[in-house]
Amino acid sequence: MDLIVCVKHVPDVSSAELRVNSSGREIDRAGLNYDINEWDDYALEAALILKEKHGGVVTVVSVGGEEVDRTLRRCLAKGADNAVRISDPKINTKDPFIVAKVLSAAIKTMRYDLILTGVQAGDDGYAITGPTLAEYLKIPHATLVKKIEVEDGRAVVWRELEGGVEEIVELDLPALVTVQTGIAELRYVSVLGIRMAMRRQIRTMQLSDLGLSPEEVASPWLAIEELYTPRVERRVEFIEGSPDEAASRIVEILRARGLI
Amino acid sequence: MGEILVLAELRQGEVREITFEALGAGRNVAAKAGLKLSTLLVGYNLERAEDGLADYCDNILIVEDERLGQYNSETYQAVVSQVFRERRPALLLMGHTSMGMDLAPRLAVELGIPLVTDCLEIELVDGRLYAVRQMYGGKLNCRVRAREAESYIATVRQGIFKPVKIESRGLVTRIGIPVLPRELRRRVKGVTAPVKSEISIESADIIVAVGRGIGEKSNIALAEELANLLGGVIACSRPIVDKGWLPSDRQVGSSGKTVKPKLYISLGISGAFQHVMGMMNSQLIIAVNKDRNAPIFNVAHYGVVDDLFKVAPALIKKIRELKGLR
Repeated sequence: MDLIVCVKHVPDVSSAELRVNSSGREIDRAGLNYDINEWDDYALEAALILKEKHGGVVTVVSVGGEEVDRTLRRCLAKGADNAVRISDPKINTKDPFIVAKVLSAAIKTMRYDLILTGVQAGDDGYAITGPTLAEYLKIPHATLVKKIEVEDGRAVVWRELEGGVEEIVELDLPALVTVQTGIAELRYVSVLGIRMAMRRQIRTMQLSDLGLSPEEVASPWLAIEELYTPRVERRVEFIEGSPDEAASRIVEILRARGLI
Repeated sequence: MGEILVLAELRQGEVREITFEALGAGRNVAAKAGLKLSTLLVGYNLERAEDGLADYCDNILIVEDERLGQYNSETYQAVVSQVFRERRPALLLMGHTSMGMDLAPRLAVELGIPLVTDCLEIELVDGRLYAVRQMYGGKLNCRVRAREAESYIATVRQGIFKPVKIESRGLVTRIGIPVLPRELRRRVKGVTAPVKSEISIESADIIVAVGRGIGEKSNIALAEELANLLGGVIACSRPIVDKGWLPSDRQVGSSGKTVKPKLYISLGISGAFQHVMGMMNSQLIIAVNKDRNAPIFNVAHYGVVDDLFKVAPALIKKIRELKGLR
């Protein structure tokens, strides 16, 4: 089975304080750690499990500069067989439609039964790339997938709807799925695995290899005009002081309300 | 006169609340831009749905067929794109839901028009789409400008826009069935019922909830101790369930449970929108997080900006002292 996983290299912002830089449109990237997009990590996990069960080849693909190799090598260390980076300064990597177009052009040159990618990315959160890629490739797709079974040229997938309901959908292969977090437990990357992956070749492709013109990948469908900290009215009262003082104050509040 | 078209979303024959919210969003834009507001209702056995929608839009366009009884991206994309090409609305709206997220991106590419997803605010300025949405897990907002086009698609976040009723009743038009794909490559096999859980966090008066900040599975014991001391139960945000550290019946948020306890203590939860949706109506919310800008503090009544591994043990100690425990 030929499996392709599309991954994105993103800043880990879960416990970081973010600042907007002087452009007013981007974050200040200093001091941020970059890693594989969390949803894509689960997509890779799902692909590796399918490969273990059915055999085959897992190829990871990403769009961006050399810094992306770190994420690709992590995927290789986890068990991906090949890594491809599409790199060209002319590609506007911030636009999900352009990224999907570029990915589709690269994937058209490859063999695939199933393409997996995350539901969305933790940075822009558009959730556009996956289904858009399926449309460019003219293949069926399903989003928000929490379980995948493959049999006889078909994939049966469980989609997460609202309110704890799941929808079971059958897709003819080749197909694309966007994977929801929690589809399986993520495996750890061993130090040895990382070391081995450092020696592996990452194939790079440029626009000229894809038959795309610079015009097709330069002008974005969406542009960020302004990035800012949300101006919200907070009702919060911050409790200052040491942890001990904070704890005392919380106990007071709970006692006043009869909660202790 | 141009129009704004809202694609209705049904679940078991009922119009979902998000449809009325999307109509509310559409009404604001339509009023400013001098456009009509229409609902596109696709499905089967639609009388009830049709009746409920008439107070919220100027037109209801109905495409009714047995084969459309259940959402399927292939059939719905065929229907919506054909209606779209015929009517050329200035804006097509739908919810940022399991349906909208599945359908809107492919439509945008097929029709060659820009799409902005998960919008909190929408504006048409001189016919061009601008939207406000969140980035970086809700830590920042951005204003997005779409490429210049004749039409746009936008999906709207749930729980943001208010439905707006109108005086007159919407005019119903039945549209002939557009051409549907002869063979489907995607087939809906069924829907599973929500899992029945052993413990109900919805009925608890006191909840201690943990998020990513808890770091390790073994650290959940700390939160459990606090919950036990307070006579409460333990709950969590999505990442904890994803990691398999707590079962899914403990998850609070839009894909989990909605809770309204007397006390909600949040430990190491940043407060992504999906989580906040499930707990924002708790009577008293006390949040502990290292990041002062974490969105959880937008809904908390009291906040402690500190390490939960310092605050929670201190709190446990104080409560134990108070209860005469050692």
